[in-house]
Amino acid sequence: MTAVSLHIDELGWAPAGLSGVTLHVPPGQIVGLLGPNGSGKSSLLRCVYRSVRPDTGTVRVGGADVWRTPARDVARQVAVLTQDSPADLENTAEQIVALGRVPHQGPLGGLSAAEHRMVADVMRRCDVAHLAHRSVTTLSGGERQRVQLARALVQEPRLLILDEPTNHLDLRHQVEVLRLVGRLGVTALIALHDLQLAAAACHRLVVLDGGRVVADGPPPEVVTAEMLREVYRVDADVTSGPDGLPRVALRLHDACGAPTLHT
Amino acid sequence: MRVDAGPLAGRRPARGPYATSPALVGILAVVLVLSMIAAVGLGPVSIPFGDVAQVIGHRYLPGLVEPAPAGPQAVIVLDIRLPRVLLGTAVGAGLATVGAVLQAVLRNPLADPYLIGASSGASFGAVLVIIVGITPFGLFSLPVAAFLGAMAAFALVMLLAGGRGTVAPTRLILAGVAVAAFTEAITHYLVLTSPDKDVRSAMFWTLGGLGGTQWRDIGVPIAVVVAGTLWFWAQSGRLNALVLGEEGATSLGLEVGRLRRRMIIGCAVVIGAVVAVSGGIGFVALMVPHAVRLAVGGDNRRVLPLSALTGAILLLWVDVSARVLNRPDEIPIGVITAVLGAPFFLALLRRADRKEWR
Repeated sequence: MTAVSLHIDELGWAPAGLSGVTLHVPPGQIVGLLGPNGSGKSSLLRCVYRSVRPDTGTVRVGGADVWRTPARDVARQVAVLTQDSPADLENTAEQIVALGRVPHQGPLGGLSAAEHRMVADVMRRCDVAHLAHRSVTTLSGGERQRVQLARALVQEPRLLILDEPTNHLDLRHQVEVLRLVGRLGVTALIALHDLQLAAAACHRLVVLDGGRVVADGPPPEVVTAEMLREVYRVDADVTSGPDGLPRVALRLHDACGAPTLHT
Repeated sequence: MRVDAGPLAGRRPARGPYATSPALVGILAVVLVLSMIAAVGLGPVSIPFGDVAQVIGHRYLPGLVEPAPAGPQAVIVLDIRLPRVLLGTAVGAGLATVGAVLQAVLRNPLADPYLIGASSGASFGAVLVIIVGITPFGLFSLPVAAFLGAMAAFALVMLLAGGRGTVAPTRLILAGVAVAAFTEAITHYLVLTSPDKDVRSAMFWTLGGLGGTQWRDIGVPIAVVVAGTLWFWAQSGRLNALVLGEEGATSLGLEVGRLRRRMIIGCAVVIGAVVAVSGGIGFVALMVPHAVRLAVGGDNRRVLPLSALTGAILLLWVDVSARVLNRPDEIPIGVITAVLGAPFFLALLRRADRKEWR
């Protein structure tokens, strides 16, 4: 898979309070999108994958404005992991994963032998091969999340958009999913809540607050005690680990010496 | 879908829990043809299958088949039973296909045109046109009015259920029950107060029936069902993607809003054509697609054609039961489909409810 650049310029969308968002991502960069609930992370992602049309500004993928490009052509380049779960209509995990080929097929098209192999291979890499013939509604939240990720990868994206991909996942699968994304070599825009995980998984972090970009840079420069206080309104000690990445310890109690929670 | 290539072929069970054989379509097609012949033969007056085949064969292939012995049998077969059986096939196929499509479009396992008020709306439209007596579209006036009624009822249900996108399954049903009760009440009032002899009974519009079907009645509904079923089938790959929800389907490059509108209008056209000639037959659209999905999984490329075949077979046998259970009188078809369908519906409702609370 080859990577593609993403250029968001002066983007505004009133319903989510997004305004003046500018973000340029070079090919192959993995960007973590942080911010409190309601800061506009999901809405910004929606503007990129053409689910909502921004009031102002442009979104360009590989230089082409996504709103001037046919939806299908955008879908051949951009894959998305959303937070929706599939409806209860007896769909197997394998069938959901195979839907990733829809933008590459005609309306009735079945899968070619190569596509079958690709589906099987991606399912193995996402650790869902053993679930292939199970109905998705019988899967756990974490299993479903991995099935959806496999679906997005089968789409052969050059830009991958992930809305809280580690939701519902246990630690092992959180690490594996982010490691997998890192190895793909595609451009990625990932909304995340876990600051420490985001710092470890991304080349660059962008913080949204009230619909605006308030911080943008390498993880150690973005994840700071000031940022946590101003954006998240929590007190925390941020130290630098041996790998140079930030370690965040939240202060849950006012008094000194009270237990701290390591996120 | 078959995945037997790839490095994992050994680790995985060779087959899923779902039947995958395309031979299923062939088997059901054969069962359908046999059912049609049987359904022509069965009724208050039973006619042996051989005679049925001979009468029909002689009528359409006079050079190849010997004439059957003269008598009332030919009249019963050709003028009474055959149009009725052909219409029943179309009605069953149309209802089941519409059910499968609506369930995919609304992402709602409980969607059924009867339960969500669309059939009642169609009945209302049809009755109104008969009573007012205006037929601007000639032969098509009745199905067109029924289509408009179905669309209006459907729009009202979506408005009441509160969402243009995905609505919770039970919410949709509640809104549908309210709209159905309201439109049915008006339909009944119109029917009961009308001196017009052409208006069929209130029972027909609520519970359906195929009694008294004439050759001239069946052309439009059969054409609409055949065209509609093929059109829906051609869209089945996209229908599959809708299972992911609005966001997910959008990200696969579908114009979800437009696709959904087209599908719903298509469903209303088929419902209009079917209800105008068969009244309100419930639960077929609910039961058949679910049974098919349990057997072959949720891929609409298989679900739609298999639902059409299964729906046609089911409706033929239900209609046969309607004719023979209480002979010489007939039972409304909706009575039988409700007896079969209501327990099915309750089981699905329980399942949907559990999912919502989880």
